[in-house]
Amino acid sequence: MKNEEILEKLKQKHPQAVLGAADRFGYLEIQIAGASIAEVVKTLRDDPEFAFNMLIDLVSIDYSATQGWTGERFALAYLFKSLTLGHRLQLKVTVAEDEPVVPTISEFYANANWLEREAYDQMGVRFARHPNLKRLLNHHEFVGHPLRKDYPITKRQWLSANESLMDEMDVRLKAKGYQ
Amino acid sequence: MNGIDPKTLLPDTGGENSAAGLDSSRHKDRKDLVFVNLGPSHPATHGCLRALCALDGETIVAAVTEMGYLHRGFEKDCEVHTFQQVIPYTDRLNYVSAIMNNVGYCKAVERMLGITIPDRAMYLRVITCELNRIIDHLVCAGANLVDLGALTNFWYSFNAREKVYNILEKLCGARLTSSYTRLGGLSRDAHPSFADEVRAVLKEVKKSVGEVNNLISKNRIFLDRTQGVCVISKERALSYGWTGPTLRACGMDYDLRKAEPYYHYDDFKFEVPVGTQGDTYDRIFVRLYEIEESANIIEQALKKLPKGPVMTDDKRVALPPKQETYGNIEGLMNHFKIIMHGICPEPGEIYDFTEAANGELGFYIVADGSKNPYRVKCRPPCLMNYAAFHEMIEGGMVSDAVANLGSINIIAGELDR
Repeated sequence: MKNEEILEKLKQKHPQAVLGAADRFGYLEIQIAGASIAEVVKTLRDDPEFAFNMLIDLVSIDYSATQGWTGERFALAYLFKSLTLGHRLQLKVTVAEDEPVVPTISEFYANANWLEREAYDQMGVRFARHPNLKRLLNHHEFVGHPLRKDYPITKRQWLSANESLMDEMDVRLKAKGYQ
Repeated sequence: MNGIDPKTLLPDTGGENSAAGLDSSRHKDRKDLVFVNLGPSHPATHGCLRALCALDGETIVAAVTEMGYLHRGFEKDCEVHTFQQVIPYTDRLNYVSAIMNNVGYCKAVERMLGITIPDRAMYLRVITCELNRIIDHLVCAGANLVDLGALTNFWYSFNAREKVYNILEKLCGARLTSSYTRLGGLSRDAHPSFADEVRAVLKEVKKSVGEVNNLISKNRIFLDRTQGVCVISKERALSYGWTGPTLRACGMDYDLRKAEPYYHYDDFKFEVPVGTQGDTYDRIFVRLYEIEESANIIEQALKKLPKGPVMTDDKRVALPPKQETYGNIEGLMNHFKIIMHGICPEPGEIYDFTEAANGELGFYIVADGSKNPYRVKCRPPCLMNYAAFHEMIEGGMVSDAVANLGSINIIAGELDR
């Protein structure tokens, strides 16, 4: 499907959710209301005309150091690809600084679990109803979110204790029938 | 048992030692499990990775993974360096095939700047990328086979790799961290004997791959340890966002060089090897066949390699020739501007991608009009592979987990950034 067709069709399906669109060097970006991201993503995956069967990446951005920036502080860019139809799409969601929470999409794509953990770890954006919202790249004792623009790059932290991982193991064992 | 019914020797009383008591499907008690850490520092993890495994006997019944041991803040570092200075950092992502990262990053920034690099630079990028793909696959297959106990393959594949590295060393002065590209082209042209040397090495590479193939393709131990081991379905692999050889091993015919071609890849004739089962065996063999296809691409590219410059003449990114810098004021100013003020793309955001050795290597770059990137997000292909690792090893043995880890080719530098 062409970019304009994707935009039109998504507007028809979710008139309330679509806030705007932009062209990013030929790559369609559709701005979506944060609260409705999960239902939009479900449509994109399950509707055979979209068939976005892959979540390519999840990018978190902190715009607070941009000159003259008046919008919300954070944004998330969800990148999708359809292997069957060959088209690509990017969804953009703005996230407020005082309550940086977005619904999770981890139930729709298996890799969203880790990608959302990374966004939480690096940028401090939280994902409502995420099954295991822990840090991914940084140490579990780490304080703060390093990719925020107000986190100094030279800052050092003392991190010592290793992680037992037994909290995750407990969930996994229960799923396998070990009570 | 010499005609003796075993039941007469050990009557089943239904107690703790009865057959029913040993059947793990009926009897699931955490007290029977042993918890073992695979890694973070273990020869088979080839880097620092950790998988905590719950073992029942030698079978992994549940596993959870941890990453981040090699996290160096690549993305944060990019924000305080100029667009050009980021290139050496990209070497340290997938350090086994550094030039592919250089190319992936430069291609994204060049698209942002609206620069088309000269044809010769494109062809040389294709050749060096495919040489890197060969190295990456040789390292992956070689190391994977060592983990299976097949050490001889390691010598065959690493000997060939060494010869490819000799070419890269002659080309850009470094072996692993090459930083060969520049925004707008390449750091230097190929030496006159480059094409002949590459052709000679390709012959040796093909010979080595053939030798590895001969050693393993009918080897009973290899087949038993890889066929049907750690299978992942096509659907699950897609849901995990797998790309590259590991996805193709599941039977998906998807290669960005064919699906969304760049740098004249559509002009080259090559096949995309595809597996059928999605097991460790398929992942190893997809890579081995890809080496041969990469060699074919290089041979075609060497034939077509055009003459001309390897650097664009766009004054925003290309340093003027030295005689200009020292000879006239415009050249001096141009040099000063690029070095001191940097390369400044217009404000905007781009996502661009290339088919790296492990799959889709993407860079999401936000520019705010200054000389430093405002935000760089790297999409490491092996992150998606590692996210599925715990699911794949559950139900198998510890030794299967080791065989599988090698076959999904986790490069910690790229995984943890």
